[in-house]
Amino acid sequence: MAQADGGFGIYVHWPFCEAKCPYCDFNSHVRHAGVDQARFAAAFERELAYFAARTRGRRVDSIFLGGGTPSLMLPATVGRVLDAIAGHWEISPTVEVSMEANPSSVEAERFRGYRAAGVNRLSLGVQSLRDADLKRLGRLHDAAQAREAIGIARATFERISFDLIYARPDQSAAAWRTELEEAIGLAADHLSLYQLTIEQGTPYFELHRTGKLVVPDPDTAADLYDLTQEICTAHGMPAYEVSNHAVPGAECRHNLVYWRYGDYVGVGPGAHGRLTGGNGKFATATERHPETWLAAVEARGEGLVEDMSLTQEEQGDEFLLMGLRLVEGVDLARFEAISDRRIDPRRVADLIEHGMVERLDGTRMRVTPAGCLVLDAVVADLAS
Amino acid sequence: MMRRAIRFAVASGDGKWARMSTQKISDIRNFSIVAHIDHGKSTLADRLIQMTGTLTEREMKEQVLDSMDIERERGITIKAQTVRLIYNAKDGKQYKLNLIDTPGHVDFAYEVSRSLAACEGSLLVVDASQGVEAQTLANVYQAIDNDHEIVPVLNKVDLPAAEPERVKEQIEDVIGLDASEAVMISAKTGLGVENVLEAIVNRLPAPEGDPSAPLKALLVDSWYDAYLGVMVLVRIIDGSMKKGQKVKMMGTGAAYEIDRVGVMTPKFLSVDGLGPGEIGVITASIKEVADTRVGDTITDDRKPCAQALPGFKPAQPVVFCGLFPVDANDFEDLRAAMGKLRLNDASFSFEMETSAALGFGFRCGFLGLLHLEIVQERLEREFDLDLIATAPSVVYRMHLTDGTLKELHNPADMPDPVKIDIIEEPWIRATIMTPDEYLGAILTLCQERRGVQVDLNYVGSRAMVTYDLPLNEVVFDFYDRLKSISKGYASFDYQITDYREGDLVRMSILVNAEPVDALSTLVHRSQAERRGRAMCEKLKDLIPRHMFKIPIQAAIGARVIARETIAALRKDVTAKCYGGDATRKRKLLEKQKEGKKRMRQFGKVEIPQEAFIKALKMDS
Repeated sequence: MAQADGGFGIYVHWPFCEAKCPYCDFNSHVRHAGVDQARFAAAFERELAYFAARTRGRRVDSIFLGGGTPSLMLPATVGRVLDAIAGHWEISPTVEVSMEANPSSVEAERFRGYRAAGVNRLSLGVQSLRDADLKRLGRLHDAAQAREAIGIARATFERISFDLIYARPDQSAAAWRTELEEAIGLAADHLSLYQLTIEQGTPYFELHRTGKLVVPDPDTAADLYDLTQEICTAHGMPAYEVSNHAVPGAECRHNLVYWRYGDYVGVGPGAHGRLTGGNGKFATATERHPETWLAAVEARGEGLVEDMSLTQEEQGDEFLLMGLRLVEGVDLARFEAISDRRIDPRRVADLIEHGMVERLDGTRMRVTPAGCLVLDAVVADLAS
Repeated sequence: MMRRAIRFAVASGDGKWARMSTQKISDIRNFSIVAHIDHGKSTLADRLIQMTGTLTEREMKEQVLDSMDIERERGITIKAQTVRLIYNAKDGKQYKLNLIDTPGHVDFAYEVSRSLAACEGSLLVVDASQGVEAQTLANVYQAIDNDHEIVPVLNKVDLPAAEPERVKEQIEDVIGLDASEAVMISAKTGLGVENVLEAIVNRLPAPEGDPSAPLKALLVDSWYDAYLGVMVLVRIIDGSMKKGQKVKMMGTGAAYEIDRVGVMTPKFLSVDGLGPGEIGVITASIKEVADTRVGDTITDDRKPCAQALPGFKPAQPVVFCGLFPVDANDFEDLRAAMGKLRLNDASFSFEMETSAALGFGFRCGFLGLLHLEIVQERLEREFDLDLIATAPSVVYRMHLTDGTLKELHNPADMPDPVKIDIIEEPWIRATIMTPDEYLGAILTLCQERRGVQVDLNYVGSRAMVTYDLPLNEVVFDFYDRLKSISKGYASFDYQITDYREGDLVRMSILVNAEPVDALSTLVHRSQAERRGRAMCEKLKDLIPRHMFKIPIQAAIGARVIARETIAALRKDVTAKCYGGDATRKRKLLEKQKEGKKRMRQFGKVEIPQEAFIKALKMDS
């Protein structure tokens, strides 16, 4: 079945943070009065049961606890969520169970508990190895804590990854090279390297709009991107997606489910899912506000605010959007099966001529490294 | 069609209207109001209507005679409107006053001229603080040419900046009218408006005419009403008109039986008949406005008059441009909309045109730039169409080497230059009035635009300068530049004078070496580089970066006269997706796809339609 090609994953969203980072537009909320974790765990269990009924017979390849800051969850809460999943679905023997964590010392103390609950891959939100930049990014940890957390994580989990944000204000190419090489020295086999993006609705957006925050211009940012590729490739961690690097074989399986346009359940406040069922693919989304979501789940067993059957055109668009982010590219035959349309061969020919995409064996196609830098424009061309 | 839906008035109980047709010709006054834009013409008309009790308080609204939304919003009059006022004067007699409200803008000068021809007198309204402006002059000279008696009226005398004495002097110096008895008013507050009514009665002449002579009437205007069909505004010279009468249009030869006879109050109100000196409206199952010829003489079919009236020169389009639907699927709707608009505006012409850049559309002729803008706006607004207008062009005369003459409305149709002997272009005589401090910049502007100074003199601290200018240079962006360099204080009016030979060349614009037909223009050789550079610079900002470098060139034939380059797109990629939220990215992609649909493909370059719209806008 074409739509099952990408595998099956479960995403669980923990919507709370100690503080909001000024660049972040993810669904995160600060609760100074604390969170009733047992009550949320019960709600996760109920919503998982609801989605299990819709995806009976699927085998789970990946589980991902994201946020927010999931490392604010008690190990017991994580355990209840993972146990509930194991109770509803068949679990692949090679299942990847990832969790995002912040590198503060308090959270690092809980790593062993997460491992015991079943987490086997940790993704640390390091963001920078420079104290001044961490402060500017609104992070609560410093570089020393980050190094220490990476050490503890490596000793605790089979697989770890961490995130860095680059193309930061005033960041020179030389400074980034030093920081990135240092990071590669600390890394195991996976790194996520995101360029700083100014998102609407964040404090950074206002600062940027009023000229108080200056980020590198597109040419400088492009140079930094090229430099990143060069360094990572030289160290055996080439990009397998726009912003993700891994030693071959160590790619994050959960993200591959998204990018290969597989099916995934999204539970928790503000989580998104893609589920094949009945006569097509459904897009699901849950209520973003944590307490509203909680009340909805307690009242009716799920917190859905969107459950929409996607048209073939929409599925085709999503397939290209996600799939072309991957270095492995996409299978055009699968695109045609999903979308019931063909990509205009003249568009492809033009893009090949300009060195933006290339054909691979059979019916596969991918963007070139040059095309990767202008991927949004390439996708718009192909999808039109 | 744009006139207010005309309703039949419920007969008012006082019998005021019923007495009308028994009145004597000596109790009729026909008059127009001439003024510069914003000097208060429409407000004065409102006040006259109100003070004579023609409309009740409830029926009154501002600019009551300007029935189009566009007229109200812009505070201008486009179509001449007419209204009959009944005034009980201080001498104890009751007068019929027929007011024909006229447009103030030069584009609609032909409407002014025919309105004036139907009247014996005019009110000259001048803003008491601003004084005489360019359009005041143009319109008042027309009134003088029509042998009008003219009553000067100074408006806004209650404002602190008013200088009535200075403005009176100006009227005497510049126009040569006796302003000693100018009526001082505030149309806004109603101050002095009674005196205007008295002046109309006492100082303007009554019409003359022979009630027993064969019918002779002037066809002043016609328009289409959704309920009543084509309505014809007439001024009776001799004889009379009544329902059932068979009349003949002497120019077109067509004969019609009159269905209805009435007057505008400003609602249509049926009356028994119209006698000499009267202004009224008839309907006669005429299908289209185009079947009526403004200025034609209407006479009795059985007992025609001996000689027709001299009539008017038909209004000729002087500015042409292409109008294209943004969405190619709207082409048929656009055709239908233009047909409907033309029902009511015979001065606007259109024929089909195709463009590689813009697809199917129409080449349209207009009386001027404001007319163009208004037609475009009405099409967009009343018919819900999105349009692109190409650069306005004037009518060129091509004298070909084979001895033939070709009129060129569209630069794209320009013959091979080797086949052209000479090209002639229309010239105008422009009158500009400006506060002294902007004069230098205005003279420079006129010189830059190939202007030839004809006259320059001062009226107080205001300069009045007369220039001969090629119309080609004026349609480009002259008016906007004039407004901007004079901070809006200069006023401008013009009339077309003659055709003169010019060294004109076709300038094409090439994007990535592909010519973009919609952007080609005819320019004077001396202006080509400046215009070409401006266009290339504009396009550089308007065309989004592509994945490759794009040269933009302006060229005359094969010779490139200006060039810019759009750098290749360097970075356009979303760094991070939020979890599995493909929806948000998909919505962005859908917007991008929607945007691409609005783009036009030139070779490998996609040009957004907004870029055409902005590049073709004349505010460069």
